[in-house]
Amino acid sequence: MKFTKNHEWIKKEGKYAYIGITDYAQQQLGDIVYVDLAEEDLVLQQGDVLCAVESVKTAAEVFMPVSGMVVEVNHDLEEAPEKINESPYEAYLAKITIDDESELDGLMTEDEYNEFLESEAE
Amino acid sequence: MRYIPVTEKDRKEMLIRCKADNIEQLFSSIPDDVRLKRPLNLPDAKSEMELIKYMQTIAAKNSNTGNYACFLGAGAYDHYIPSVIGHLVSRQEFFTAYTPYQPEISQGTLTAIFEYQTMICELTGMDVSNASMYDGASALAEACVISSSASRKKSEIIIVEDMHPEYRETAETYLKFRGIKHASMTVEQLLSADLTNTAGVCIQYPSFYGDIYDMDRIGKYVKENGSLLIVCANPVALALLKSPKDFGADFVVGEGQPLGMPLGFGGPYLGFFACVKEHMRKMPGRIVGKTTDVDGKTAYVLTLQAREQHIRREKATSNICSNQALCALMATIYLSVTGKEGFKQVAKRCVDNAHYVYEGLLKTGKFEKVSDLPFFHEFTVKPKEDITALNAYLFKYGFIGGHKTEKGWLVAVTEKRTKEEMDEFIKRAGEFNG
Repeated sequence: MKFTKNHEWIKKEGKYAYIGITDYAQQQLGDIVYVDLAEEDLVLQQGDVLCAVESVKTAAEVFMPVSGMVVEVNHDLEEAPEKINESPYEAYLAKITIDDESELDGLMTEDEYNEFLESEAE
Repeated sequence: MRYIPVTEKDRKEMLIRCKADNIEQLFSSIPDDVRLKRPLNLPDAKSEMELIKYMQTIAAKNSNTGNYACFLGAGAYDHYIPSVIGHLVSRQEFFTAYTPYQPEISQGTLTAIFEYQTMICELTGMDVSNASMYDGASALAEACVISSSASRKKSEIIIVEDMHPEYRETAETYLKFRGIKHASMTVEQLLSADLTNTAGVCIQYPSFYGDIYDMDRIGKYVKENGSLLIVCANPVALALLKSPKDFGADFVVGEGQPLGMPLGFGGPYLGFFACVKEHMRKMPGRIVGKTTDVDGKTAYVLTLQAREQHIRREKATSNICSNQALCALMATIYLSVTGKEGFKQVAKRCVDNAHYVYEGLLKTGKFEKVSDLPFFHEFTVKPKEDITALNAYLFKYGFIGGHKTEKGWLVAVTEKRTKEEMDEFIKRAGEFNG
């Protein structure tokens, strides 16, 4: 699993990858009440807006950690967006194909992300 | 609100508190050279009696639907307005232009809006209705904008040709300044058009000219091509016509004036806006919902408003922050007092009257058919005579004639028209020689 500075995670599984938001992100957002899911078959570049997550406090955009195409979105979240709060690393937002796997190398590992969070806190 | 004038004593006390000798001193900070040093160019004040007489003289210059039998429609219709509407909306609890800023303390207003939404959903077959919009034209424009942003894969809008020209103009203005491409085409062209980049298709039901198209065919084609269907409907026609839900409408919008609002130049009218659940989050305006309070009692709340209107404003599809609560209330009372059956009877009478006049006009031999499609309470015929002259002639006999359009004479006949009026109208229209 890799992480971005925008608090997304990406997990590669075979030729696909899953994208979600981190535990830190869901804590910051608070109770999530709605997910404006992406459309399937959408082709996006690294850094493009993938979808939006709305909580009782605010609404936040989720960005593509790497370039690729959305092949599936997590429809469970339409009725149960709180799953992101309950298990952020299982409640994925989208399943994508990765255009260029080398883009993953530019992302943070779990340790690096934790360090990043600590440095942000200071 | 009570009118309590300020007394001389009040004025003195206020001046003392302001440490001023007279009112003039309160304005001393305004530079001398920008001050108006003469009285405003206004006539002398009139007494109440004089004023009423004066205003009545001006009002008498208007001809109105009380004195004339109205066969004019083109978007605004002369339906009967039950007198109870005026009495109820004039109650001070309702008679305010705005939804209160702290809405939850106004349970009566919210209850009325909730009932309005429910009725609009029943009428349109849609899942959700908002608390109302300004008018039919802006409701259509908003539906176009939302449709365009519903998918990131396609953004263009098609407005079918027979749309009310003012609605089209409004929608096109909204689209232009959002940089959204749009096109106009006939129904026949639409049915073979490439909709690859078309996010939404708008069609009026019945059309501006009165035609009721084969909506099943249109809906099927639009849906098969993955576009959204926006239906701009006449609410009274919906009492009898097939529900837009049944031919795949995603949005049903329109002008609510026929539901108990008087004809007025400039309104206020009512835009209704309803859609399927899928687009609820992008819906402009607000939605009132029903819930229970801490004691378990029924309570109404402002339940949903697109977040983008307050945060992430750059993503907003709409900037409407108000609604037309009083007009929505009129529509609610209208639909309540006519009732399910009564409302259908109104619509049925409209159909019967309009078809009676249509047949009658054709029989005079002075009018030609323009279309073979079915119609509701409005139709277009082509007169042999000049339309403006024809209308002027009819006016002399107490009739407000039809609207002059590119295709011909657009005539509307509501349930208000009596057999005598219709017979006389047909006779006069038939005898006119320009």
